[in-house]
Amino acid sequence: MSRLLVALLKRDLGRLLGSGQGGGTVLPILFFLAVAMIYPFAVGPDAALLARTGGGVIWIAALLAAILPLDRLIEPDLQKGMFDQWALRGISEETVVAVRVLSHWISFGPPLMLAAWPAGALLGLSSASLRMVELGLLAGTPGLAALGVAVAAITAGLRGGAALAGLLVIPLGVPLLIFGAGSLSAGGESGLALTAAVSLVLMAAAPFAGGAAVRATRD
Amino acid sequence: MQGPPTSARIAAHDLACRRGDRVLFRGVSFTLKPGQALQVSGANGIGKSSLLRLVAGLARPFAGQVEHGGIIGLIDEQPALDTEIPLARALGFWSRLDGSACVPLEALGLSDLLDVPVRFLSTGQRKRAAMARLIGQGAAIWLLDEPLNGLDVHATRLVEELTASHCARGGIALIASHQPFSFADMKQLALADYAA
Repeated sequence: MSRLLVALLKRDLGRLLGSGQGGGTVLPILFFLAVAMIYPFAVGPDAALLARTGGGVIWIAALLAAILPLDRLIEPDLQKGMFDQWALRGISEETVVAVRVLSHWISFGPPLMLAAWPAGALLGLSSASLRMVELGLLAGTPGLAALGVAVAAITAGLRGGAALAGLLVIPLGVPLLIFGAGSLSAGGESGLALTAAVSLVLMAAAPFAGGAAVRATRD
Repeated sequence: MQGPPTSARIAAHDLACRRGDRVLFRGVSFTLKPGQALQVSGANGIGKSSLLRLVAGLARPFAGQVEHGGIIGLIDEQPALDTEIPLARALGFWSRLDGSACVPLEALGLSDLLDVPVRFLSTGQRKRAAMARLIGQGAAIWLLDEPLNGLDVHATRLVEELTASHCARGGIALIASHQPFSFADMKQLALADYAA
């Protein structure tokens, strides 16, 4: 069993981290930084305003960046017939989707937390609020990854699936956004715990929702 | 290759298949014992691939049931190999899952292609690579969906020989093809006779 999980994880990481088609892990991170970079151009160089709103902008940028890799999470494996071959070997769709959530988080969460550093500097965040942003991202990105994989499975094989996936992720990601960005306000530390709680719910549900969605594409 | 898969069997009882609101076929029954092969023939769209997916358990029959003993291996139009990476690594992923079985890469004409990314392979080469994946799986039951599509004369004969030796070792082959597939004593099932 563990040999199976390692083999799946290694393949996933090779595909998601690699610079192959879709830009790998780099494109969402560059997009995230670009959003943080253009925000001061839009609202002007008011340092106090930027510092006050910057944490929220980082959260919005993270949510939007989570949309970019969606079309490469499940759809290519369905097209290639990988899921059929796994099913013949008794490897459940839930197992594959759970491993995919982990590998997607590895290719997305830590790089995003690293990129939040320069993004925080661009927005003039204080070190205290940058710390809260980083902790919030640590608690929230696993949930974003799980949500992304589940939505990618639900929209796989649909015409215009990629655009629909983006539309689905935004409202479903709102709880993470509220608690994550809410933890930045004064006395908002409990927001971190709520962000982590939402993440846990999403991570628990994603393998089952995603697995059922993949099986439904066979009918 | 694993030992002789003597317990292999397929039994289909009164199968019916529905696509959308159209019933493609009904009343299909057959049994295959170790060493037997069956060719399902019929025009395009008559439900050959659907029948194979029913037998594989990847789709649910509209009516009837399928029983099988033994591991099932399937080749269909997708080779299920990662296209961005070299063939050796794409096959290596499956051999890590399936355990190592000896694959006649030389005979399949793949030994020179191992460092070529799968996306650069031709249709016939991909088909042969899928054959290598199937052999490496060590499955007792082979389901081959149009296995000869895109293959030249030489490769066609090779696939026929590999299938024959698989059955000689006690395996089962179920072949869906509109092309003639030469195999001694192969059972035939014309799906058109069961069209609903």
